[in-house]
Amino acid sequence: MPTPKEVLVDPIFDNNPIALQVLGVCSALAVTVNMSTTLVMCVAVIFVTTMSNVAVSIVRNQVPTNIRIIVQMTIIASLVIVVDQVLQAVAYDISKSLSVFVGLIITNCIVMGRAEAFAMQNGPYLSALDGFGNALGYSVILIGVALVREPLGNGTLLGFEILPRVTDGGWYYTNGLLLLSPSAFFIIGLFIWAIRSWKTDQVEEVEYEIAANVQYTEAM
Amino acid sequence: MADAGRPHGSDKDSLGNILKVAISMCLVCSIVVSTAAVVLKPLQEINKELDRKQNILRAAGMLPQDSKRAADGRGIEELFAEFDIRAVDLDTGSYVDAVDVTTFDPIKSARVAALSRELTVDEDIAVIGRREKVSLVYVIAGESGIEKLVLPVRGYGLWGTLFGYLAVEGDLSTIAGLGFHQHKETPGLGGEVDNPAWKALWPGVALFDDAGEPAVRLVKIRSPESNSDARFEVDALSGATLTTRGVENLVNFWTGELGFGPFFAALRTDLQQKSGDRD
Repeated sequence: MPTPKEVLVDPIFDNNPIALQVLGVCSALAVTVNMSTTLVMCVAVIFVTTMSNVAVSIVRNQVPTNIRIIVQMTIIASLVIVVDQVLQAVAYDISKSLSVFVGLIITNCIVMGRAEAFAMQNGPYLSALDGFGNALGYSVILIGVALVREPLGNGTLLGFEILPRVTDGGWYYTNGLLLLSPSAFFIIGLFIWAIRSWKTDQVEEVEYEIAANVQYTEAM
Repeated sequence: MADAGRPHGSDKDSLGNILKVAISMCLVCSIVVSTAAVVLKPLQEINKELDRKQNILRAAGMLPQDSKRAADGRGIEELFAEFDIRAVDLDTGSYVDAVDVTTFDPIKSARVAALSRELTVDEDIAVIGRREKVSLVYVIAGESGIEKLVLPVRGYGLWGTLFGYLAVEGDLSTIAGLGFHQHKETPGLGGEVDNPAWKALWPGVALFDDAGEPAVRLVKIRSPESNSDARFEVDALSGATLTTRGVENLVNFWTGELGFGPFFAALRTDLQQKSGDRD
């Protein structure tokens, strides 16, 4: 049995859902253009993952095996709708800029993955820690990506000026690429590289050898 | 499967249990969701209303694009109180007093056959299907009549209808601003209708040509300043031809004969009469 501390801390660097399991990347691309939406997204995912893990864990012994995925989806979807409604009520501007992505937490593979892989086999307390830890691991990467994208793409962080933009009379030419989704791919790639250089046991073994280039004569 | 090795002591996988779990799960979840929706509804309505007011104020240039307060520190409600909200009969162009402007929703009434008119394909350049008979205008009165006028406008872009507000200066022929508060255009392309830099191009654009017809054009290359057409022109949005066309059409529709045209005409005669009286 894993200790509670391991369950909570492991997913942050040793078993990070984005960097090691490469799950939940889609929303990491979409919401990391600025820090404030990123933080709200992180809080929402932490809430949903923790609560869904607890709920799934409580009902795990009653749920029939063949409808378990639907039951998990129902729980997750309900939680996400609640989060969306709360955001619309208390943080309308941010909910407008997050638009569909709050709703898309439903399809975030991390939430579903933890419910199926962990909460179905463990008690509510450990499941809560596991959900919280995994969402935290997701948040660490998201915040890291936003920390690169917002200052370099827009010259600001949380709306405050970090690099004075040329358009405002400063010296920094904003890098438009960082405002587009592909830049998050590059940054996440660099993060994965950095984490795997630091923790070399995360490097995957080569499963097959890619054949050398086809010769011109063979292609004829 | 982790469960495979476990003995099925209970009838967990029986049809009865499946139905029981499924139904009770749905019940519990629907109670949670509907409670959240009902409890939070009033707060959400307030937010939506504030957002709408904010958009009207931004279109009129009375509120900065990136702040919730005017330069003099006044908030949204305070600024909005300056508006005189009037209902207008779009066919005759005259004010209607029998309508409660605080609760009247022109877009809702456009869906009711008795309160709207159907547009033919030729008339319907903004692709809205039906046009309400009575709409609202937000007026800021100045010393010499109207200082600013904000009109609700809407029209089809690429993915859906754009809802916005068009502000007009007191001369009734110059745009003071345009902003959309609800649309479904592609972020980064048509979604750039929200870009403050693009919105800043609108103030000062002329609405009507010499014949009094709506003449706003969204163009790829602006005419040189010396050309008389330049005053009607706004830059098109790159990569968003259909959104651009939609915006051009909706501005011209709502300032035209089927939109607020008769209202403009009524205001103009009113102005002439007033200045005539003074002579």
